[in-house]
Amino acid sequence: MSDPSEDLLKRLKEYEGQAANVAGIGKDLVNEPMIRHWCEAMGDANPAYRGPDAIAPPTMLQAWTMGGLSGHTDRAAAWDGLFALLDAAGCTSVVATDCEQEYLRPLRPRDRITFDTVIESVSDRKTTALGTGHFVTTRMDIRANGEPAGTHRFRILKYAPAAPAAPAMPAVAAVSAAPVVSAASAEAAAPAEADGTSKPRPRRPRPVVNRDNAGFWAGVAAHRLLIQRCSGCGTSRFPWLPGCGTCGSAEWDAFEASGEGTVYSYVVMHHPPFPAFDPPYAVGLIELAEGVRMVADVTGVPYDKVRIGMPVRLEFLRVDEEWEVPVFRVEPGPAPVGSQASGQIGAAAEGGG
Amino acid sequence: METSPAGPPVRPGDELPPLEIPITRTLIVAGAVASRDYQDVHHDAELARQKGSPDVFMNILTTNGLVGRYITDFFGERAMLRKVAIRLGAPNYPGDTMVLRGTVVSVADSAGGPAGGPADGPAGGRTVDVRITGVNGARNHVTGTVTVTLPEPPEPPEPPGSPGSPGSPVAPTPPAPPEVTP
Repeated sequence: MSDPSEDLLKRLKEYEGQAANVAGIGKDLVNEPMIRHWCEAMGDANPAYRGPDAIAPPTMLQAWTMGGLSGHTDRAAAWDGLFALLDAAGCTSVVATDCEQEYLRPLRPRDRITFDTVIESVSDRKTTALGTGHFVTTRMDIRANGEPAGTHRFRILKYAPAAPAAPAMPAVAAVSAAPVVSAASAEAAAPAEADGTSKPRPRRPRPVVNRDNAGFWAGVAAHRLLIQRCSGCGTSRFPWLPGCGTCGSAEWDAFEASGEGTVYSYVVMHHPPFPAFDPPYAVGLIELAEGVRMVADVTGVPYDKVRIGMPVRLEFLRVDEEWEVPVFRVEPGPAPVGSQASGQIGAAAEGGG
Repeated sequence: METSPAGPPVRPGDELPPLEIPITRTLIVAGAVASRDYQDVHHDAELARQKGSPDVFMNILTTNGLVGRYITDFFGERAMLRKVAIRLGAPNYPGDTMVLRGTVVSVADSAGGPAGGPADGPAGGRTVDVRITGVNGARNHVTGTVTVTLPEPPEPPEPPGSPGSPGSPVAPTPPAPPEVTP
């Protein structure tokens, strides 16, 4: 009996050496407007790319072969077959990891671009921080007016996204419904076995920010905890929703919470572990002074010292280089008056990374 | 930057001055469109988030273009890119700043014009390999190697009658690459 993953690999390897496209034709001749737009975007003022003797920036090589909005019509069956096989194996996501170009002669306006692409290699199944998948390397030979003009080797990772967050992770209460996967990062695509010494810590899952809750997250970014208020009946509500649960009105405004609250209830998370968190940790249901409740981390005391009724105060916790979440710190003794919620405290007590 | 027609002198180990590139949403979108890459993750933040990315991010073609610009900005308009090989790391998101740096790895005399394009390329000159990195925060967005050919011999000719003795008039020399500050 054969191993199904070996069967898959055997079928994937059969695509090596096959054409991904044959006799592709650049949709536009090499031309000055596209060169100029490229130079504007890149901030490239090189005089070689202007004037009567202009050449195209060599790094535009791939751009002349792109399908654009209307897509490719000249893909070979092997390319579609390889992608279908990987899709069926769950490897539905793509990230580009490498680009190697050699320039044999400059491209000039009115050059006609043609190209052939071959599937050079399909890797074994690799486990990366993004998920497991296969690296697919293609080599494109590009001609200008029939003469060799360059080669373009391109590597992508076609992968199955790593499992979404464990269900009980309510630190981002307003948006906890949708599964969230880690950010697509080519860095994370580096094969795990390539460098076992520096494994980056997994990042917390990201909320889905949409029209209904964008205002809330904009507030968090500005270190303001915003509560929605119905313009029809005046009822405050949280998490953010498009309509009022009391009167049904879709009209609302928002106001800033004072940051004062108490622990209304809490749980201690032991299982399941999620890579970005260090269980056990306490997750509180915080009743804000304004009357609404929200789910958030409770910080400032060990997880087993959290108690119902504890006074807490809002802080914003930076959990990685680009993400902050509101958390609630247990107030030591009588609540100090007039202290501003401090932003950007370190991820210390709870190891919330 | 200003460079003389001959380009700056280069020796292995030389460091190119860093180039700081603010990663704006405009740059990401303009680069994607200029490279005819209409993948939604490069222009539509909402769809990018649905796919697990916190925001739109720069496409590989733009990174490639910026690396090419970094090299020709330094070596001048007569320098010809021969090879650009890059590997991507951490994504470039709006609000990031990427700092490109380059180190000359090797300098060799070119035997002649480049293969396949004698009419277009310089005769002779030097072939220079530069190792580049583009650091975004504490992480590499891009690492790679660029090969570029320079048209002129490495040293400007000595003016007649001045064999380079101390105190003799010195011919104008190309500016040395500025010191790189960390």
